[in-house]
Amino acid sequence: MTEEILIAGFGGQGVLSMGKIMAYSGMMQDMEVSWMPSYGPEMRGGTANVIVILSSERISSPIIRHFDTAIILNQQSLDKFEQSVKPGGLLIYDSNGIVRHPERKDISIFRIDATEEAAKLQSSKTSNMIVLGGFLKIKPVISMENVIAGLKKSLPERYHKMIPENEISLRRGGEIIREIHKV
Amino acid sequence: MKEVTGTKEYIKPENLVYRKSSLLTDDIMHYCPGCGHSTTHRILAEVIEEEGIVHDVIGISPVGCSVFIYNYIDIDWQEAAHGRAPALATAIKRLLPDKYVFTYQGDGDLAAIGTAETIHSCNRGENILIIFINNGIYGMTGGQMAPTTLPGMKSSTSPYGRDVSTMGNPLKITDIVATLPGTCYVTRQSVHSPVNVRRTKKAIRKAFQYQKLNRGTCFIEIVSNCPSGWKMTPVQANKWMEENMFPYYPLGDLKVPEEKQGDQPKTE
Amino acid sequence: MERELRLMKGNEAVAEAAIRAGADGYFGYPITPQSEIIEYLMEANPCVTTGMVVLQAESEVAAINMVYGGAGCGKKVMTTSSSPGISLMQEGITYIAGAELPCLIVNVVRGGPGLGTIQPAQSDYFQAVKGGGHGDYHLIVLAPASVQEMADFVGLGFELAFKYRNPAMILSDGAIGQMMEKVWLSPQKERSKKVPEWATTGKPENRKRNIITSLELDPDRQEAFNQKLVAKYNEIREKEVRLEEYQCEDAEYLLVAYGTSARVCQKAVQLAREQGIKAGLLRPITLFPFPSKRILELSDRIKMALAVEMSAGQMVEDVMLAVNGKVPVYHYGRMGGIVPTPDEVVENLKERIIGG
Repeated sequence: MTEEILIAGFGGQGVLSMGKIMAYSGMMQDMEVSWMPSYGPEMRGGTANVIVILSSERISSPIIRHFDTAIILNQQSLDKFEQSVKPGGLLIYDSNGIVRHPERKDISIFRIDATEEAAKLQSSKTSNMIVLGGFLKIKPVISMENVIAGLKKSLPERYHKMIPENEISLRRGGEIIREIHKV
Repeated sequence: MKEVTGTKEYIKPENLVYRKSSLLTDDIMHYCPGCGHSTTHRILAEVIEEEGIVHDVIGISPVGCSVFIYNYIDIDWQEAAHGRAPALATAIKRLLPDKYVFTYQGDGDLAAIGTAETIHSCNRGENILIIFINNGIYGMTGGQMAPTTLPGMKSSTSPYGRDVSTMGNPLKITDIVATLPGTCYVTRQSVHSPVNVRRTKKAIRKAFQYQKLNRGTCFIEIVSNCPSGWKMTPVQANKWMEENMFPYYPLGDLKVPEEKQGDQPKTE
Repeated sequence: MERELRLMKGNEAVAEAAIRAGADGYFGYPITPQSEIIEYLMEANPCVTTGMVVLQAESEVAAINMVYGGAGCGKKVMTTSSSPGISLMQEGITYIAGAELPCLIVNVVRGGPGLGTIQPAQSDYFQAVKGGGHGDYHLIVLAPASVQEMADFVGLGFELAFKYRNPAMILSDGAIGQMMEKVWLSPQKERSKKVPEWATTGKPENRKRNIITSLELDPDRQEAFNQKLVAKYNEIREKEVRLEEYQCEDAEYLLVAYGTSARVCQKAVQLAREQGIKAGLLRPITLFPFPSKRILELSDRIKMALAVEMSAGQMVEDVMLAVNGKVPVYHYGRMGGIVPTPDEVVENLKERIIGG
């Protein structure tokens, strides 16, 4: 099993930390993992993306140009990466601020209104956990148990009190993710 | 050697007027007659010996005429690339904070190619001593213009005299480092007369004592000569130095530390 | 103490491994994509735990000369940088090699020439393995292909550097520096209190003064010293070659790749074999010494070698020298910060097979 995932959005949306939690969770599940952030000047310009690979075997290149799953959190990233999803792959996007929705017909497309939902839950910092919950609902590559364990490992001790809140968001994500198009 | 008639009766302890420092090796110094380096080496060796720090001192030699100082003074040495001595000294002192660390550098080394290392070591207040020999010329490579070459002064790369409009002005780097909070003791001395030799020796001694107290960087400029490079006899060179170098690089203390209770170094 | 499993960036792994290896000093200057190393060290503040000195220098030039000074005291000292910074350090590196001092230098390579890109590349191979600065000298060059090896090679690099009194370099790249992977960290080692007999620590009464220098104006003596270095490099070539082979037993087509490219090529070997092409991979772990002997042995059994590098073709020259004309040697490279894909490598291999 190998799952090659791209997560892209604005800085501050928790792109890198979502990837980190995925990687930690995969590690808890005894998988090989790699987490490769974009580290160019665009980091300062507001967009952020990260490639996470979860695999049962040794990971070859951490930098790849086509993905099994793309998790897209803003319009710029959708424009840039829609074509990078492998045929038959998965695209999950948060519709907040999206004016041009994904158009491909050869991939599965799911929409998750995480930003809106996080606002409802009055928990804006955990919108990335809502997205992660949605992804795991569609592709349960890591068990919820290991995600919680990964969360514990990746968060500094002083934030551990926020884990229950994150858990609620993870579960909520699974409930609100909507199918737009399926192959 | 043939004995000069009658000398034997005078070689007695009570007639001894000067003894070479035991730290000075028997190697014959390669310096030109009249050069200030040999005198500076001598008093440096004497201070190290008199202060009893020979087993705890590490010197950094430069690229320049004094590159072979490690052949003349019997202590541990590291030979730096051109201008980099303060970087070496920084690491040595930080890794061996109980040792005494000094650099010995010329004007090209310290004030041209090594300007960044000089300024930043002083600015960090490294607990090291920097001895800076300023003779306004590149001696070893054959008399080229130095950052400290005086306006109008001739050298092999300013054969018509230093034109400050195209070649820049002599750099008073000692004045610059004196403004940095990291330096504790900054002084400008010379070794061309007995009284000046005594003053310089006193300055070196003070600097090592301040180093023991971790007071920050000590910086001693020694305005010196270069009879060969200046194309003068030693006597002419010293006279020229007094008349031309000293007005531009006046001797004296530029910065002395505020004495803290109980840490006043002994001066004699 | 047990080994510890962590998820870390390659850069962070270098920093943590340095502390755990009992390093005495780190001197560096920030540059992308490796600034996490000094950031990690500053945050970890090993000065209060192990006593390790960490200092941000005013330039790479100063940093490498601080390494020289520290190494001259017999201390375990290191610096890290990325390509443009390593170019600035070349002066210091040749002096360190000339003074026969041990130290560790990490180059997290980015694409060039000039400012180039900050993305990963392998374009500093020549600089790393052929000397880099002036004069006849070599570094011991280790090429990690994972975050685990980034950590492991810190200890190994110091060990080899002290064994041979020679600077060692970890030649990594932006991908391995920036990526996070699982890494098993070794337990904390005590900092060594041993003072090598050549170190300058202040001259005690019972030994001659130590002089750390690379200067020798007498040509006969300088040549004798050069010959001593040659003998040392030959001994290193004899004893320290490290490599990894993947499916080479029956390989007809040999891929040769190190670091990130080797990871790509391992996948490419799998893909090629799925298509019935008997490919194998030789991954040099030491770039100096280069595994020439083994490549020559394999060249009796293979039809072709393909060097895959993120460069215009540098290591390929060493592969050619090793093969010594026995079989054709080709190069496939991507540049500018682009990492080749396994598919691309297979396609190129197939083109060579048809073309050859």
